[in-house]
Amino acid sequence: MKKWLMAFTLVLGSTMAHADGEKLSVPANQKWKTECGSCHIAYPPQLLTAGNWQNLMAELDKHFDANAILDANDNKEILDFLQRYAGHGARYSASSLRITDTPWFTREHRKVPFDTWSDPAVKSRSNCTACHINAERGDWSESGIKMPGGKRAEESEGRPGSGSNRRSEEYDRD
Amino acid sequence: MIARKTCVALIALTSVNLAFAETPGSIVSGYAVEAARTTPGFGPSAKRGFGFFTKEWGVSQKMPNCTVCHGKNLKVDGKHVITGKRIDPLAPAANPERFTSSAKVEKWFKRNCKEVAGRECTAAEKADFIQFVIQGDQS
Repeated sequence: MKKWLMAFTLVLGSTMAHADGEKLSVPANQKWKTECGSCHIAYPPQLLTAGNWQNLMAELDKHFDANAILDANDNKEILDFLQRYAGHGARYSASSLRITDTPWFTREHRKVPFDTWSDPAVKSRSNCTACHINAERGDWSESGIKMPGGKRAEESEGRPGSGSNRRSEEYDRD
Repeated sequence: MIARKTCVALIALTSVNLAFAETPGSIVSGYAVEAARTTPGFGPSAKRGFGFFTKEWGVSQKMPNCTVCHGKNLKVDGKHVITGKRIDPLAPAANPERFTSSAKVEKWFKRNCKEVAGRECTAAEKADFIQFVIQGDQS
């Protein structure tokens, strides 16, 4: 009995610790993961507003210079999922419908040096995994960031790890 | 007795699954049958498929041909020309999951043909292309 209780406490503890650093985690939705994750990683629903997702999913035939059309049922299922977990407020909104143009993204990445973006290993701002090496598994933590050339995020920002977390929390309260 | 019944049911279910399992070959056959309706005597050709795969369509500026994303070697990973994401190899020899779902195959033909060729592909083009990808050469 004691053993079970201990195991349960451990599991609960680790889940909570995980949730704490996982602002961008969502329950697994296989369709979203497969369909949105073919040409780029499946971007977290929290990073655009419900209105942005609606507009984006309505024009998949011209999806940022690519045809990403889905059948109507899949489109609806995925849009429902995206909207259920969508971000709220102007900081998660961009008229271009690009996550990389939202105030949230711009602020979070403001200290990334310009030449990092144009590095051939990065190629595009949509290529999250170039630096967030475990993002495909849902790990966006600071410790999971590795810049091209092996630099760590802290080095380019000149501050130790927790700094960015604190900044983003402050920003969330703005 | 119950165990035997369950066993029979299981075997029946498995065979149904097997009967419906799609393979690259069965998908080529499906397209070939469709193509033969408009072109009597149609047979898939890997050589034509190679020509299709390497053709410069020049419709899309960023995606003028198939190889900008899929590369020229079908057995190794490709790379999405816009996002840089890795694309699994096209050859079933290197990637056994390829061409095992006609719904998935149709979805990608629909997208990529419109994008690269500027129109839907014909059943003949699809049959030739998959034949080429299976054979892996241009003979």
